[in-house]
Order: sequence, then structure tokens, then C-alpha cells
Amino acid sequence: MSDAPLIEVKDLGVRLNTSRGPAQAVRGVNFALRRGETLGLVGESGCGKSVTALALMGLLPESAVISGSIRLDGAELIGLPDAAYCKLRGNRISMIFQEPMTALNPMHTIGHQVAEPLRRHTGVSAAEAQLEAIALLDRVGLPDAAKRVDAYPHQFSGGQRQRITVAMALACQPDVLIADEPTTALDVTIQGQILDLIAGLVEERGMSMILISHDLGVIAENVDRMMVMYGGTVVESGATDAVFARMGHPYTQGLFRARPRLGARKGTRLKTIAGTVPELADLPAGCTFADRCAIVEARCRAALPAVVDVGAAHGVRCIRTDVSMGAGGSSA
Amino acid sequence: MSVFFLRRVLTLVATLFAASLIIFLVLDALPGNAAQMLMGADASPDAVRALTVKLGLDQPLTVRYLLWIKGMAVGDLGNSYVYGTPVAGLIAERLVLTIPLAIMSMLITVVLALAAGIYTAANHNKLGDVGVMSLTQVGIALPNFWFAILLILLFSVKLQLLSAGGFAGWDDGIWPGIRSLLLPAISLAVVQAAILARVTRSAVLEVLREDFVRTARAKGLGKREVLWRHVLRNAMIPVMTVMGLQFANLLAGTIVIENVFYLPGLGRLIFQSIANRDLIVVRNCVMLLAAMVVTVNFVVDMLYAFIDPRIKVSNL
Repeated sequence: MSDAPLIEVKDLGVRLNTSRGPAQAVRGVNFALRRGETLGLVGESGCGKSVTALALMGLLPESAVISGSIRLDGAELIGLPDAAYCKLRGNRISMIFQEPMTALNPMHTIGHQVAEPLRRHTGVSAAEAQLEAIALLDRVGLPDAAKRVDAYPHQFSGGQRQRITVAMALACQPDVLIADEPTTALDVTIQGQILDLIAGLVEERGMSMILISHDLGVIAENVDRMMVMYGGTVVESGATDAVFARMGHPYTQGLFRARPRLGARKGTRLKTIAGTVPELADLPAGCTFADRCAIVEARCRAALPAVVDVGAAHGVRCIRTDVSMGAGGSSA
Repeated sequence: MSVFFLRRVLTLVATLFAASLIIFLVLDALPGNAAQMLMGADASPDAVRALTVKLGLDQPLTVRYLLWIKGMAVGDLGNSYVYGTPVAGLIAERLVLTIPLAIMSMLITVVLALAAGIYTAANHNKLGDVGVMSLTQVGIALPNFWFAILLILLFSVKLQLLSAGGFAGWDDGIWPGIRSLLLPAISLAVVQAAILARVTRSAVLEVLREDFVRTARAKGLGKREVLWRHVLRNAMIPVMTVMGLQFANLLAGTIVIENVFYLPGLGRLIFQSIANRDLIVVRNCVMLLAAMVVTVNFVVDMLYAFIDPRIKVSNL
């Protein structure tokens, strides 16, 4: 494991054209990921975590305007021609998507779909790719892989299909795996199995992983470091333990309080964060969380707060950390 | 697959049966006597009665219907009231023109429509898309007989490349026949191609928004590879449905186009038989057209199952 980052993102910004006009979906995102390291992206829908992932994959719509820098092993990815990007996708960077029911092509056998990246990137023969596909399907725990390799996606359950997409993403032994809400669409009992499978494979193959989830529990259990996103910006980042131990941003604290808990008495209301996620098309000028923040001040709305270091590699984009992290501030 | 197939065959037979009943009732059971119509209002009642018996029109409806069905089963459709020759022979000699014409125009339709539809979808909202889609808008608005006349003016009168009408037959080889059917086939195809191109475009665009397209891109496939390997097969279902429906339009179109180009085809035979009140020919021709349309749609249904693996299972 060398110290040079495998992926280095600097001041990433993405402007999307939405039906409501141009929207700054992501701004000022910085992070570095070393080989074998795992990073979690957490936040509500529309906070920019999926857009960040698609920017890494180079799969944003053509109308999207991307600024900043994304480097893979030192090579700049932004502005890379599609043909060159195609050589990386599925080969060095892979992605697992949220919706296993629609992420597979209903017209092709699963064996064909798992073998496709192998055929595309490694130049093996169709027969070799098929054998490799069976081995992969076997590894992700698909029962009777050799027999079912010629079956179609509709013949599998949601959990099995997600196993198939995992096999597909791992076919070419990528350096980085991006998992975008990989278990959100699955039954609770299956979620743990799929996460364990992904975590096991990441460790076994020494891959780096970016795990995207809105579920703090999933993040806490599966990644070394985490970034909390809100309104297109990273509001808090740091080692997972540190962030959970000393939540610095009012949004992180709100998110933590809003999670449902086992053992809570019936009738106990879930604590929610007041207000709604701002439209990306008309974000407030200052801190994006200002409108929903309990400790907001006038100066919060003046400009986007800078990141404040509150610990070793633990950054919070808030100018009121003295209050938020003061007495009782981080109590959950 | 077998249950799916069996069910479709049953539907096919039932549809043909219903069509034959309707055709028979409309043409034979409605008030008015075919013999009277053939001989004109001034004919003597005796002569009309004699012709009625000779044509078998004095028998009860059910007997006449069953005789017709039986005749179709054994290939004896009776004799034309006007020409006195077997209807089967009349139809057969017209089909050697109309079937190639229908196939040619369907081929032209499909090639033009798929090319235009895929091109415009791949270049969504770009100049080429807008241009080609405007062209299809014009294409839909064109009456085919008028377009046929324009084609004649250009290729026959001005450039003198192709003949303005008539059919060369297949005796001198395949090319003279195809040459004489080219302009009629194009005039029939243009409107259909315009419609089908729009259907293809929207079907491809719809599939392009599917999640599995993004998955395919994430595997490292280029846009073109994704289009050919993942999108088209999914987009073919609605396209084929419309193709099946268009085949009926196309056959109806031959009645007009064969008259514009003086082609001795099935459409012209129907047209002339209606003018001559040759009801037995009309009845059998219409039945044949119905059978062709139903068969084409049956084939389309079979192709669904061939293309889409989900269909076989959901029907088993």
C-alpha cells in the first residue's frame, strides 16, 4: 500500500442543467483515497453524493459542467475523451447501482452480462469469459452458478440480482469500487448479506471503495472514513470513528438524531430536521444548511463557511463549531 | 413456449373465423340480390331467378356460409360472377404482383425507419434529429397517391429511368419485375416509414433512459456499443407492434397505388370487382387480406417471444 493517493479529488464542482434551470449540484468537494481505503458518502437524496460518484465514473450527462480535478493514479480524468474513459470504466473503476431490478438488461443472460466487461477489457475468448463469469457468480454466492449462468435477470430475486451486479462490477478486478446505495432497494434481511459480501470482496482484493448511503448505520459499519454531504457541499469529513464520536456539524448531529432506533418506546416520535432539503437550483448564498439550522446566525448566510479542522483530519464546514461542539452540542 | 404458441394459434383461428362471419354477413346477408344487381334493374324476373339458382343464392344463409368455408378449406372458391373463371386462379395471378410489392415496401419502410429512428435518437435534440424529424412530419402528411404522381413525374417523365406504370412480370427474370414495382413500393413506404421512424426514435429514447444503459456504460462500453448491444433489442418490441399494424395499412394502400400505376394486383382486382359487383371475388379477396393481416400479427407475436425472454415464462 503506497502512500500516494489512488484517487485524488480537488475542488470538484458539477453544474447540471435541470428543468428548473442550471443547478450547482456539487461544489468544493475534496478528498483523497488510498489503495485499500474505504470512504463513505452520507446524506439525504439530492445532496450531491450520487452526482459526485457519477462524476468519478465520467457518466454525468453531456450538458453537465464539471470543474476542479479528479486524478486516478495521478492522471487527470476530467476532460478525458469518452473512448479513453471507457478503458477505465468497468476495468479500473467500477460501480454498483441502487436498483438491482432495473440495472440488468432483461434481454441478455446474466452470464453474458457478467462476461461483458471481461470481453471488453481483457481480450479473453468468449468461452474463457463465460468460465470466469461462472467463477465470479459462484464467488458472489449465487447458488448453482454454473447451471444458472444462462438464465435471464427476471428469473432472479432482488438480492440475487444485486449479487450479479456485484460480480459484474468486480469482473476486471478494479482498483476502485463505487457502491451507490447498493442495499437501499433490498429487503432488510438481505441488506446485511450484500454489505458483508461487498466488504469481504473489497478486503480480499485490496480494492478501495466509495460507499454511498443515506443510512448512518451502514456507513458506521463499513468504511474507514466518511464525508457528510448537504446541498452539494461536504459539511463534515473525517475518520468514521472520529466523526461519530465528535459530530461537529449541526446537520450531522440532526441526521444522527433522526435515525430510528430499536428499543424506543412505542409512540416515541422520531426527531426530524425541520424544513426540507433546498432545491439545488436555488441554494442559499451562505451555508447551505442555514435555513434548517438551530444555531444559525446572520454571518452564516453571508458566505459558504470554510472547513474548520476540529481534530486530526476531521473537518467541519461550520463557523459555529464552538457552539455545536460545545457542551451538549454533540450529545445525540 | 408451447402454451404461448398454442394460445396464439387459437387466437389466430378465432380471429379468422370472426372475420369470415363478418365478411360473409356484410356482403351476402344484407338486403339486395346479387343476381339482380348483376343483371341490372331492367332484367326479367325469370332471368334473375335463373341466375339466382345458378349462383346458388337461393340456398339458406348457413348453407352458403358453410359451403364457402368448405370451399376455402379445399381451395375451391367458386367462379367469378363476371369472368366465369375460378376465383382462386384470379387471385393467384394477382398475388404474384401484390405480395412482392407488399414485401418490397415493407422492407423499404423498415430500412428507412430504423435508420432514421436510430440516427435521430442517438443524436437527440441535435441538428440532425430536428432535421430528420421535420422530414418525417412532412412524410406523414403526404398522401401516397400524390407522392406517387410526383415520383412518376421525376423518375419516369423527367429522368426516364423507370416506367410510369404497368408490370413487367417475372418471366424475363427478377429485375424487370422489381424495377416496375420500385416506384409503387416507395410511394407506399414513405408515409409508413415516417410513422415508424418516429415510433423507433421514441422507443430508443425511452430505453436509453433505462438503468441498465447506465450499467452498460459503467462496464466500459462506448455509446455506440450500448446502443447496438443493449438498447435496440429492448426498443424493438413497440417498433414491431407498429410494424404489424402498418402491414394492414400497406395492403389497403395497394388498392389506391395499384390503380395509380396500372398494376394488375390484388388491390386493383378488389377495386374492379367492387365496380363490377362481383361479390364472390370481393368476399374472397377481403378474406385473404384479413388472413394476411392476422397472420402478420401472429408472426409479430411469435417474434416478441423470440426477442424478449420474459414473455415465454410469463405465459407458461
